[in-house]
Amino acid sequence: MTDNHEPNHDILLKMRDIRIDGFSDEQWHPIIKGVDLTLRRGEIMGLIGESGAGKSTLGKAAMGYTQPGCKLTGGSILFDGIDLAKASDREKRRLWGTRIAYVAQSAAASFNPAHRLIDQTVEAANRRGIRPDADSRTDAVELFRALQLPNPETIGSRYPHQVSGGQLQRVMTAMAMSPRPDLIIFDEPTTALDVTTQVEVLSAMRNIVEEFNTAAIYITHDLAVVAQMADFIKVLRYGEEVEQAPTRKMLTQPEEAYTKSLWSVRALEKPEVKGEDIVLSINHVDAAYGPVKVLHDVNISIPRGRTVAVVGESGSGKSTTARVITGLLPPSAGEVVFNGEPLPAALKDRSKDQLQKIQMIYQMADTAMNPRQTVEEIIGRPLEFYLGLTGKAREARVIKLLEMIELDDSFMDRLPSELSGGQKQRICIARALAANPEVIICDEVTSALDQIVQEGILQLLLRLQKQYNITYLFITHDIATVKAISDEIVVMLQGKVVEQGLKSEILAPPFPDYTELLLSSVPEMDPDWLTNLLADRNT
Amino acid sequence: MNAVLSTILKRLGLGIATLFVVSAIIFSSISMLPGDFSEAVLGQAATKETVTAFRKELGLDKPAPVRYFEWVGSVLQGDFGTSFSGRNASGQDRSRQVVDLVMPRLWNTLFLAGVTALIAVPLALFLGLTAALYRNTAYDRVVNAATLTTISTPEFFVAYILILFFASLWPVFPSLANIDASTALGERLYRVALPALTLTLVIVAHMMRMTRAAIINLLASPYIEMARLKGASRSEIILKHALPNAWAPIATVIAFNLAYLVVGVVVVEVVFVYPGIGQLMVDAVTSRDIPVVQACALIFAATYILLNLTADIIGIVTNPRLLHPR
Repeated sequence: MTDNHEPNHDILLKMRDIRIDGFSDEQWHPIIKGVDLTLRRGEIMGLIGESGAGKSTLGKAAMGYTQPGCKLTGGSILFDGIDLAKASDREKRRLWGTRIAYVAQSAAASFNPAHRLIDQTVEAANRRGIRPDADSRTDAVELFRALQLPNPETIGSRYPHQVSGGQLQRVMTAMAMSPRPDLIIFDEPTTALDVTTQVEVLSAMRNIVEEFNTAAIYITHDLAVVAQMADFIKVLRYGEEVEQAPTRKMLTQPEEAYTKSLWSVRALEKPEVKGEDIVLSINHVDAAYGPVKVLHDVNISIPRGRTVAVVGESGSGKSTTARVITGLLPPSAGEVVFNGEPLPAALKDRSKDQLQKIQMIYQMADTAMNPRQTVEEIIGRPLEFYLGLTGKAREARVIKLLEMIELDDSFMDRLPSELSGGQKQRICIARALAANPEVIICDEVTSALDQIVQEGILQLLLRLQKQYNITYLFITHDIATVKAISDEIVVMLQGKVVEQGLKSEILAPPFPDYTELLLSSVPEMDPDWLTNLLADRNT
Repeated sequence: MNAVLSTILKRLGLGIATLFVVSAIIFSSISMLPGDFSEAVLGQAATKETVTAFRKELGLDKPAPVRYFEWVGSVLQGDFGTSFSGRNASGQDRSRQVVDLVMPRLWNTLFLAGVTALIAVPLALFLGLTAALYRNTAYDRVVNAATLTTISTPEFFVAYILILFFASLWPVFPSLANIDASTALGERLYRVALPALTLTLVIVAHMMRMTRAAIINLLASPYIEMARLKGASRSEIILKHALPNAWAPIATVIAFNLAYLVVGVVVVEVVFVYPGIGQLMVDAVTSRDIPVVQACALIFAATYILLNLTADIIGIVTNPRLLHPR
């Protein structure tokens, strides 16, 4: 390279007026409506937006790839002078996996279960004969080491199902890095991971991208994550660009109202209220799936009209606790006391009245509703079953319930497939409310939703609590949600309760080790957060 | 590895247990068949005493459970008993051992099945993989339509069409496939050409369509998209990324069709006058030759069990999750 500082020489990727259509409901709809994107060598761009904003589609289009059911209808994609919009499959294949690499959201699903990790890692580099096979394998081991994978020498000989999700995600980064590409597309690479794992994967990715000066497009819906990774951020909505700015500027002075609303979700915080009247308590509960013991001496007490948040990583026993309370999984020891009386351990031994008072809302609203029933049938069923309402009375009550969840009676005849993600979850809330419960168990009810939709659901839950004095047991792994909704917090780890207390007590130092790890791992909207955190942890 | 071995041993044990259950079913259902061998042989004119004596000689006078355990006991020692046929009212006994009757026929059947499998399985895999590779093209449609046509045509009809073309209009192959123990290998292959071709046309469609479906089913997986984005070509995606994950369903359908080749080809045997085990069993049922019928039925059951076991094992050893547990 000469001293020529003409900036255009550094441009690696130049996408102009990209238009992509997707096929659904028997016709083509525009998904991306004329977006421009420019990326220089070594730069990292963050691409954020809610689901359906088209960020993943745009990210893949940067490779000249559109998934089945989508087509590129206009625009140019200049990658290092080659127009990928016009290139043949053959030309694109020569670039894919060698000069442009892709890191997918679900590593577990994106590795071929039939091949060893190392074979998949070196596959792309070997196909184009970038270097001899033996060198590729040595290099892969070095990449595994650089990504801080355990046993870098031998982990490659394992199969995908033999390593954890966080490790797989790092192996996939090594796989992308193996041919030393000029550009990597990271497509929500940490969304499926626990916060504590996410930190490790993020820092490993950031280091290696810096080390090889690779350009990257980092796609995510999590602002705090993108703040750690990107030099600048582009916000997408409905397939159009909202705004683009350097990371620090974007975080401190977003210009568009939409961007500001994205930022504001994390500001939602409810003041805690102490509760004395215990409605439900779990006393010394042990539980097991077959021979595997998953809960050890769990004690939780839930005050009436309050929200108790149960937090912990996946596998910590949060959902199992919910199953014990509802009677789906009878505990092997201990008891569940409701309104001062012990509940029968198994679901089938409980009275209708006891069943009615404890309702549940699930994470996946999709699978929690019968796809063949209309909204009226879904909400009407508990009305009939618990309260014996039929005909006009039932219909009137369904309309009232729809009002309570801020939907109108035009939804009565719709099927679940005709609802958005947030609306589906609202219907599930209405179904739980229909039984006039005292306690509602919410199992990760907002995890599958976008941030803005999440905020709406959380505010609805808070309002209902105020109006009807409902008690929530709120299971989540998201600390921002916990801050937003809870009065008390229970921290769980490996089937045990680490601590329980008021939100202000739990979220204030000094922390037990695990709570400290969990809280410190939650990304913050500060570009220096990861750097500072790693520095802190190393000392 | 030990886990896999113990799984296989467990399946093998289950297979043997199944075989015992099947033997009981065979025995009881044959006992329920109407008619009686001694009456059939001796004719309606026979006196009650002659029939009783004859029944006694054959051991048919004993109670069914006793006969069952005697039969199972001797089968376990490799003795399938003596055929009923060859005896007659005059008291002459030219009957033969069941093993001597069944074995040559079984070998003939296995020979025909083997030749057919050698043609049909690679052909079906090739057609299935290429149809998946070029799916929704003219090639895919032609292959699908052609195999559907052959499977929808009754097999005797396929056989006669082949005879018309390859034995009558262009006499390249013989229309009769009558072979015996002394026929040399080359001659055998020549004579079974048409029956093997008939059976190939009958079974290829099922295997081909299953292969195609198993592969296409996997093409929507995220790891296939990943392979594409790593620059793999279409054929690499099919052969290297999809096929290794599709062996289990493919093996199952191949096993099913191979079993059919052993137990279900009596029509084709009749058309080509091929001395296979299917004809033997049909003849034995007509003449109420109970020991032969039982032996054939047991062989058929064992064939199904063995081939399905093989398919299971292929399913296990091609699945890294089972082969390499966490």
